[in-house]
Amino acid sequence: MIETRNFRILRNVVLTILSLWVAIPLYVVVSTSLKPLKDVSGLFQWIPREITASPYLDIWTTVPLAKYFQNSLIITICATACSVTVAVLAAYAIARLQFKGKRAFSLTVLSTQMFPGILFLLPLYLIFTQIRNMTGLQLQGSYLGLIITYMTFTLPFAIWMLSGYFASIPKELEEASMIDGTGRMGALFRVILPVAKPGIIAVAVYSFISAWGEVLFASVLTNEATKTLSLGLKAYASESDVFWNQLMAASVVVSLPVLIGFILVQKHLVAGLSAGAVK
Amino acid sequence: MSHSALDSGPAAAGSAPAVDPEPGQPKAATAPPTRKRRRSFLPYGLILPAAILELLIHIGPMLLGIWIAFISLNQLNLTNWLNAPFVGLQNFVNGLNPESTIGQAFFSTVGRTLVYTILVVGFSWVLGMAGAVFLSSNFKGRALLRTFFLVPYALPAYVGTIAWAFMFNQRDGAVNQILVDTFHLFGDERPFWLLGENSFGAMIVVNVWQLWPFAFLMLMAALQNVPTDVYEAAAIDGASLWQQFRTITLPMVRPANGVLLMVMSLWTFNQFNIPFVLFGASSPKEATLISPLIYQNSFGSWNFGLGGAMSVLLLIALFIASVFYIRMVLPKGADND
Repeated sequence: MIETRNFRILRNVVLTILSLWVAIPLYVVVSTSLKPLKDVSGLFQWIPREITASPYLDIWTTVPLAKYFQNSLIITICATACSVTVAVLAAYAIARLQFKGKRAFSLTVLSTQMFPGILFLLPLYLIFTQIRNMTGLQLQGSYLGLIITYMTFTLPFAIWMLSGYFASIPKELEEASMIDGTGRMGALFRVILPVAKPGIIAVAVYSFISAWGEVLFASVLTNEATKTLSLGLKAYASESDVFWNQLMAASVVVSLPVLIGFILVQKHLVAGLSAGAVK
Repeated sequence: MSHSALDSGPAAAGSAPAVDPEPGQPKAATAPPTRKRRRSFLPYGLILPAAILELLIHIGPMLLGIWIAFISLNQLNLTNWLNAPFVGLQNFVNGLNPESTIGQAFFSTVGRTLVYTILVVGFSWVLGMAGAVFLSSNFKGRALLRTFFLVPYALPAYVGTIAWAFMFNQRDGAVNQILVDTFHLFGDERPFWLLGENSFGAMIVVNVWQLWPFAFLMLMAALQNVPTDVYEAAAIDGASLWQQFRTITLPMVRPANGVLLMVMSLWTFNQFNIPFVLFGASSPKEATLISPLIYQNSFGSWNFGLGGAMSVLLLIALFIASVFYIRMVLPKGADND
């Protein structure tokens, strides 16, 4: 809009309110994570009386946080890698090729993306039980079981976003490559993938973020050995006392990987979301 | 293979799920037979891994989920569920009878979830729109502010919820510190935010805080296409800021809006993470949403058949919603495939 004086005043007011709205909870987390426990238990203090880094050191011993970190990393990376690999191939077919059943396939991907995890949790639990009864393979509480369930939401999303990216790449690029005799697959791997790399990375980061924050499947399908961060953080509150300062310090630590990833790929993510979802 | 490139026709490059017109039949017919066959197998090879996975993790479990609604499944026969007795519509009769307590709880939960969805999506949209309108003009610090606004969306959902749970603490949380101690609201009584009726409002606040950046992101992308000279012309004609917003900005975001509202509504309607982290495995009854209710019935009271019956109804409702969603997302031409 045109920047009249009124517009500028309104802008400053609105943006200040929005900034405070976003900033206050973040400030509460960070400031609490730097306080000693005795200063956390009383009425909330906006200006810390004392600043200490000890919660950041204590989090690793109060709770097996490193173990939870490792579990989350293994499950999230595997689910993301599998989803993106499978999705690249399928998304290319959807974006560029004609085949019978394409519409049915696209519809399935699209609609399953919209169904909540709660609809898949119990059936997958029963299937895992049956697999254990028949083969002895224990999927409940195992990495493999969690990776499979996490793919229920990372896979359709990755296929959908990537097909949007691929469709936005000019066709002339692969046509030129195919005239040079590379064939479809050659064009995909030598031309499309390098061009779509930022988009693929953005989709991978987004899948990573959604799997990193998953709570539902983890609450039923993990055990003490495979517990993820999303549930592991509860352990700071399991004693009679809640270690709020450590809980906040741990929250900061577990948020950093996804936050950094998000900021790095933000630009491509916006392009992909608006091409893939909102069109 | 060079032929296949030529007969893909004037496809709509740039449109998301680009669905080409039917491949030019005459050209395909003139292509060498071997190439034609290779071409027709290639797409299936590419989608095969995804199709198998879809079948194993989505279609199969969904069909099994429907079956669960018709059997009597509890913790006793859970490990031997193949032999659980078939009970027909009994689960639906027991659980969804509006005369019974369970049935009333179910229908009031559906109503509550709908109200929750409307409020959360509405507030998120308004905040997102406000952010998008005022950040679409250029000023110093704009890029930084844009990234900052996206932080709540990028954080793991449980982290944002933990932060709010801490702030909503009744005795010494930051919310009561501001509202009661600083502004002396509620007659200096410290309300409980995570119990009773207030818990519904508290959950809305947390959800809006996490969701509004998504609306902001999408509306921002939609507004980038509005040429500034349209606003200039309107301003010269004496249109007020509000008139400019109503007659230029709103119509410009309309195409993106349908899908945006749909996606946000489905996410919110299915919400599980926020109540689970805020309240634990069982929410206060004033703040129980549909996903947590199914969870409580299945893994709390071990009445899987009932949870299954509710799931089936949810599945039907979402299926209808997704038909509308797909109409919006897939271009018309795809219907002829």
